[in-house]
Amino acid sequence: MSAQTLDPDTLENPSAAAPPNRGRDRGPRRPHWATGLMIAGVLATIAVFLIPLYWLFSSAMKPHQDIYTWPLQWIPRELTLGNFVEAWGSAPFDRFFLNSIITTGVGTVLEISLAILCAYAFVFVDFPFKKAVFVLIVGSLMLPGHVTLIVNYITVANLGWLNSYQGIILPGIASAFAMFLLFQSMRTIDKDILQAAEIDGAGHLRRMLTIVVPLSSPMILTATLIVMVGKWNEYVWPLIVTSTADMRTLPIGLLFLRSQEGYSNWGVIMAGAVFVSLPMLILFFLAQKRIIGGLAAGAMK
Amino acid sequence: MSITVRSPRTEPAVPSGPVPPEEPVGPSGGDAPMRQGRSERRRRSPQRRRRARRDALLFGALIAPNLIAIIVFSYYPALYNIGLSFFDWDFVAPSPEWVGLANYTDLFTDAGFGQVIVNTLIFTGVSVVGSLVLGLLLGSLLATKVPLTGFAQTMAFAPHMLPGAAVGILWLFMFDPNYGLSRWVFSLFGAASPAWTTTSDWSLWAITIAYTWQRLGFVTVICYTAILDLPKDLYEAAALDGAHGWKLFRHLTLPLLSPITFFLSITGIISAAQAFDIISIMTSGGPGVSSSTLSWMVYEEAFQKFDIGTASAAATVLLVVLLIITYVQVRYGDKKVNYDS
Repeated sequence: MSAQTLDPDTLENPSAAAPPNRGRDRGPRRPHWATGLMIAGVLATIAVFLIPLYWLFSSAMKPHQDIYTWPLQWIPRELTLGNFVEAWGSAPFDRFFLNSIITTGVGTVLEISLAILCAYAFVFVDFPFKKAVFVLIVGSLMLPGHVTLIVNYITVANLGWLNSYQGIILPGIASAFAMFLLFQSMRTIDKDILQAAEIDGAGHLRRMLTIVVPLSSPMILTATLIVMVGKWNEYVWPLIVTSTADMRTLPIGLLFLRSQEGYSNWGVIMAGAVFVSLPMLILFFLAQKRIIGGLAAGAMK
Repeated sequence: MSITVRSPRTEPAVPSGPVPPEEPVGPSGGDAPMRQGRSERRRRSPQRRRRARRDALLFGALIAPNLIAIIVFSYYPALYNIGLSFFDWDFVAPSPEWVGLANYTDLFTDAGFGQVIVNTLIFTGVSVVGSLVLGLLLGSLLATKVPLTGFAQTMAFAPHMLPGAAVGILWLFMFDPNYGLSRWVFSLFGAASPAWTTTSDWSLWAITIAYTWQRLGFVTVICYTAILDLPKDLYEAAALDGAHGWKLFRHLTLPLLSPITFFLSITGIISAAQAFDIISIMTSGGPGVSSSTLSWMVYEEAFQKFDIGTASAAATVLLVVLLIITYVQVRYGDKKVNYDS
């Protein structure tokens, strides 16, 4: 693969043994051809990820007949929004959008609220069995979703929540990952500030809302974004818990669009895939540092 | 029994007169040196105890919503699922029928289930190892000072943001033997594209490639971020000692990254074993069971065939396998992972 270019060039190259230059670059200076190879590697990396995405968007904008041609049309001769119009008309995408926004929005607010309360308690309130409770909560990350699927379906059915917003939202609000992120971030808050506030007579609720939440707002925002992406992309739970078109979320709507159009109308199906993907892609391009930073923080503890 | 338990609690509440000091009250009637400490403690303890009780109550109140949600929607269903695996049920019948281990013996004597297990192992193994190896290489490439790395990093992460349903749709189209990119790639070698998603020889590889593609970007970006976070002085010292290139990567970067690779492999296994949306969109586990994994099978048995017993048994197998893998990795990985930096 492309990155192998890293290895042999600097190793076998005599100038690599030269003492490191005093500039910003660490390590020995690379010869030009090695830099060229590495740029080629980076370009290959971009191609691996960009070409499928390009194919998604360009196919969605090609007229019907231009999709079914050989040789492939890398650059569309003509761009059209017809597929989007047709996709929007062939399935109630406005309703899917609304459902996705409601379930994602409400679910995210609930999950982040639970995570804030929980993380605050772990960092700032004393309790004898704290560690055990912490393990219990974080340990739930080890339980695969497919193990809880059937019984959660039964629970929601017994509550009469099938095909309802609360049925889609509530089983997903428990928070272990976001709680963990916020816990890590709140731990770094200087406890003296809180003690000063306590002496001034501020109760826990006041301290949480006026000191802890503002101080950890960067991580709260990051956790919110990550949780939001997860809920927007959620697939299997909304699939089994909804039964009518007016309750479907976007990813499920996409499945039904596919089974409706079969393999015969790729442009329309790709347009549907763009509807589903675009909000998250826009969110990502606006906030990529936060999202990546939060996931990396979760990985590195 | 009940009296001795109650007596120390009611004792302080009774505003009794002088208590004879010889009479031991409650279980904690200590000796002389203890008594002095006790009398001192007695002055502070009600306050402290009240505070501790208040904190415990507050802690409970703050934790409760999350803990209840986790118990009701994670732990309870996981345990109940194990129970259901000993019954036959179709969601509709008024009461499930006890069948003991029959669901498990049926599973393990069914050739199809063997295929599902092998598929799950291939799908998980290839996607985890493949994305980890490639991700480490791409991540270290993107951590060098070469133009366009910032753009490459953004592009790499984008697939992780896409819904699996959209990724599945996209790859389904790319694997189309007549009009997909697959035909173009194979035509470069003068070959015809296989019908990836509709033939049993290729369907498993189609979903594995699509899933690995989505995962690879995430792994690459996490590795890239981690490498940039590594202590630079170690690299300067190693460079002074004449280490560079592959040696540097092998003896410095890889060991320093071990906590990250450890984390990525565990989370990779857990999420690959649960991969569902890509499979559902691209192949629905077919043709036959050629691309069926445990997670697809759980869904299919429960919500398409309404065979709850078999589905629960398959889910329990999934749970047990994942718990064993996690346990072994934590147990064995802890010794190998380098946590100090």
